[in-house]
Amino acid sequence: MASKGFDATSLPGFTAIAAIAFIALYAPIITLVGYSFNGANSISSWGGFSFRWYEAAWANATVQEATIRSLVIAASASLIATTAATMAALGTTRRGSFGGQTFIYVMINQPLMVPEIVTAVALLIVFASVKVATGYTGLGYLILAHAAFCIPFAYLPIRARLEGMDLSLETAAADLYANPWQTFRHVTLPLVLPGIIAGAMLAFVISLDDVVITEFVKSAGQDTLPTYMLGQLRRGVTPEVNAISTVLLGLTVLLLTVFFLLTRKRD
Amino acid sequence: MTETIAVEARNAIKAFGQGDVAVRALDDVSVQIRKGEFFTLLGPSGCGKTTLLRLIAGFETPTSGSILLDGKDITSDPPNRRPVNTVFQSYALFPHLTVAQNVSFGLQMQGRPKAEVTATTDRMLALVRLEAMAGRKTSQLSGGQQQRVALARALAPQPKVLLLDEPLSALDLKLRKEMQTELKRLQTETGITFIFVTHDQEEALTMSDRIGVMSAGKILQIGGPRDIYTRPANRFVASFIGETNFLPGTLRDGRVILASGGSIEVAATLRNAGNVTVAVRPEQVRIVPATEPDALPATITDLVYFGTDTHCHMALADGSEVVARLQSSVSGEAGLERGGRVGLRFAPGAAQVLGE
Ligand SMILES: Nc1ncnc2c1ncn2[C@@H]1O[C@H](COP(=O)(O)OP(=O)(O)OP(=O)(O)O)[C@@H](O)[C@H]1O
Ligand SMILES: [Mg+2]
Repeated sequence: MASKGFDATSLPGFTAIAAIAFIALYAPIITLVGYSFNGANSISSWGGFSFRWYEAAWANATVQEATIRSLVIAASASLIATTAATMAALGTTRRGSFGGQTFIYVMINQPLMVPEIVTAVALLIVFASVKVATGYTGLGYLILAHAAFCIPFAYLPIRARLEGMDLSLETAAADLYANPWQTFRHVTLPLVLPGIIAGAMLAFVISLDDVVITEFVKSAGQDTLPTYMLGQLRRGVTPEVNAISTVLLGLTVLLLTVFFLLTRKRD
Repeated sequence: MTETIAVEARNAIKAFGQGDVAVRALDDVSVQIRKGEFFTLLGPSGCGKTTLLRLIAGFETPTSGSILLDGKDITSDPPNRRPVNTVFQSYALFPHLTVAQNVSFGLQMQGRPKAEVTATTDRMLALVRLEAMAGRKTSQLSGGQQQRVALARALAPQPKVLLLDEPLSALDLKLRKEMQTELKRLQTETGITFIFVTHDQEEALTMSDRIGVMSAGKILQIGGPRDIYTRPANRFVASFIGETNFLPGTLRDGRVILASGGSIEVAATLRNAGNVTVAVRPEQVRIVPATEPDALPATITDLVYFGTDTHCHMALADGSEVVARLQSSVSGEAGLERGGRVGLRFAPGAAQVLGE
């Protein structure tokens, strides 16, 4: 496919700029990962290779609780978000065009546009009064808040998959005596499933990684892994945070790789 | 008589869009398709062939008019309640299912017993000669094989009517010819009514029991292939199916006096109707020496060689053009050449007087 025409690498400084950009992107992460295996107490001087900070984090009861909480919230929120997103995607691709379609589309993707801090403050105020009114202080608030901002991330890949699907397949199913539910169950759903799984993975990662909204919405003793780390940093950093970050990074990369494989165009 | 009619469209109108931009894809179409026949809808792109099929399948509802199946009005039934199946132009095979699962899909949705589903699926796969491919994914098949899966899938539930929307247009010429024979065989073996859409006139002529010629949302003529070819109802049909010479003239007492001089004998039953157009197929034009009495004088303007045939283009006295199709060996012997003066005769009964 190499064309004889324009080639970006012939621009002056192309290679240098690309190299600088990659170094700026990855050098900090590589340093972080490297120091997670530091044998010393410091995050800046090397004391030999060791797993001691991983062991320390693993044995830390607070870290354990925060990890479980993070996973519970991410799993519940991505389940809710993916279900809602699937319905929204069907509602915006599998019906005749209707008035206000663009408006609805914008509304669904609202969390991508509203500054997160604004949503966080708004949720803090709403949930505060709900807490007073109901007396409930459980994880439900965090799960709901996470589900809400995860919806667009789940929605986009599902919608892309539905839009890329050959509509004549559903027509063919109806032609072959499938009622609307059977058509959905036997044709639409199996074909969008990769999109749904991809959406769920993305939602999971986004939830796992959230700090701002969680920090505002959580009640006392509801630290997730990221907010726990933030708290630790205020007190002085140990390579334990590096170790937790590295694990989080590994998990995210794994999930995003699956996401990428599922949304990749197959020929 | 109604029990011999499988499908009927009554005054079907289908308009897309609204107000000024409204398009009448079907403009008052009425047609009766007989049980067990191979009926072809033939017409140029955009004339409404697919729209008519979609109305019969139930994918669209007519703006007005009705669709009847076995004499029963099915206009408002959804597609899944109509015993009609479609072979789509794009095949629309389910990519997540195997060949056998594709073929059995309709039977399963109908809730037929398992044993029957398996037996019918096997029989259909044998019918289209794909037994060996049963377990494959459809993406692993060639175009012709996919085509046959689409056919088997649509035939498996034993529909009353099978709709085929240009099913052969994606195939190369050789495969196309094979599939034409195959389709005809399947239709004879199953006895199912086929409604076949094409814009290829040759395909229509060779395969159909009857043809409906469409243009701009209307059916212009319905008849057997020979009927349509030899007695086209109007100028559009005559020019769309095969090649035709159109000669203007005046109809008087069973003869048309041509504008270019001379006259042609036509069916005596025709009324004197003043100015008319006469259609003559190129193979019905005979070239004779210019000296023959009563022959229409013409000048050869071009000779185009087509292998077995040679087309001889000629100008008449009034400048109008006539084409004669000659067997190449004959034209060689006749010693025809550009600029040569010749005489024309028309085979008896060859001239058709057309309504506009
Ligand atoms: N969904 C639609 N919305 C608007 N116009 C449509 C729609 N479907 C068809 N038409 C119009 O109706 C007319 C007939 O279309 P149709 O698909 O029936 O033609 P066709 O005879 O099948 O043509 P082809 O041989 O190209 O497939 C065309 O002018 C087309 O633009
Ligand atoms: Mg069409």
